[in-house]
Amino acid sequence: MKKSLLGSILALAMAPLFAQVTVEDPWVRGTVPKQQATGAFMMLTAETDARLVAAESPVAGVVEIHEMAMENDVMKMREIPALDLPAGQTMELKPGGYHVMLMQLKEQMVGGTVVPITLIFEDSAGERFTQEIEARVTALGAAREGADKPMQHQHGHRH
Amino acid sequence: MLSMLQTLNGRFLLVLALVSASLIGCGEQNVRFNATDITGANYGQDFELVDSHGQLRTLEDFRGEVVMIYFGFIQCPDVCPTALMRAVEVKDALGPSGDKFRVVYITVDPERDTPEIVSAYLAAFDPGFVGLHPTMEELPEVAKSFRVFYRKVPTGDSYTMDHTATSFVYDTQGRLRLAVSHSMEVAPIVEDVRTLLQAAR
Ligand SMILES: [Cu+2]
Repeated sequence: MKKSLLGSILALAMAPLFAQVTVEDPWVRGTVPKQQATGAFMMLTAETDARLVAAESPVAGVVEIHEMAMENDVMKMREIPALDLPAGQTMELKPGGYHVMLMQLKEQMVGGTVVPITLIFEDSAGERFTQEIEARVTALGAAREGADKPMQHQHGHRH
Repeated sequence: MLSMLQTLNGRFLLVLALVSASLIGCGEQNVRFNATDITGANYGQDFELVDSHGQLRTLEDFRGEVVMIYFGFIQCPDVCPTALMRAVEVKDALGPSGDKFRVVYITVDPERDTPEIVSAYLAAFDPGFVGLHPTMEELPEVAKSFRVFYRKVPTGDSYTMDHTATSFVYDTQGRLRLAVSHSMEVAPIVEDVRTLLQAAR
């Protein structure tokens, strides 16, 4: 009893160190064979100011952080150097906004499968930490934007 | 005074109604659309392009159907699939008359959008969607004739395409009628397509 209480207190005290960015609902848009690129979407909430600076995945040769914009109904997609994650604010990577762009895909993204992605963050001191997530692939053309995906919460850990 | 104004107003409206009725003619009603009404536009009149199965297609192939043309590229992670998904939802919402609603996708990325990729991609949304493949030589001309903007933009050691995300809607006679912006929701588009289908009866 005493021990578990102490454990809880310790866990609480250490929480900020071990759960820096909460990742919710990560999903990847499905592809057809030979399609070279797709996007990964998710919600990120940092406990203290941080930035998403890069990402990697075994399924993609190149991974970039992208922003979409509409200007006079013209679609523009651009790489951004980093995505700011102000403390406590949920940043949504969603269609029409930000996404993690998976390029030079090594395989087809098949609906229902899971894609591992490593997110690389930087805290306000410039120290990097990574987080492994598993994003579910939403079949191309199936339902509205990942409406069928289950809720997932994944927490980041300092490396 | 007030009643005189109302009478004047009433007469004016009546005249206006008569004039517009005679202008439109053929008993067609003065319909209002949710999307931008571009009836009479002098661009986007037609196309003559090869589809994903190697057949030459023109607008005339789709007479009797309300056609929605969308320009895009398959390596696009979200705007194009979002527009195609919206088109699927429009078609579903139309119910039985959905088979009179045709989506035509014209690639602005002929280098990477092979017929094989495009046909597989469109089939994932709806087997009735038609993919058209301008050659690199044809593309500038097609884009110009639809007043569609596109541009190749390098990213990493690859590239992306900036492009107009507007959908163009034609009535059952093949006349360009509506410009549907990317941000438009499903319901108002369904309403517009219904209006166009009803006008055809
Ligand atoms: Cu992108």
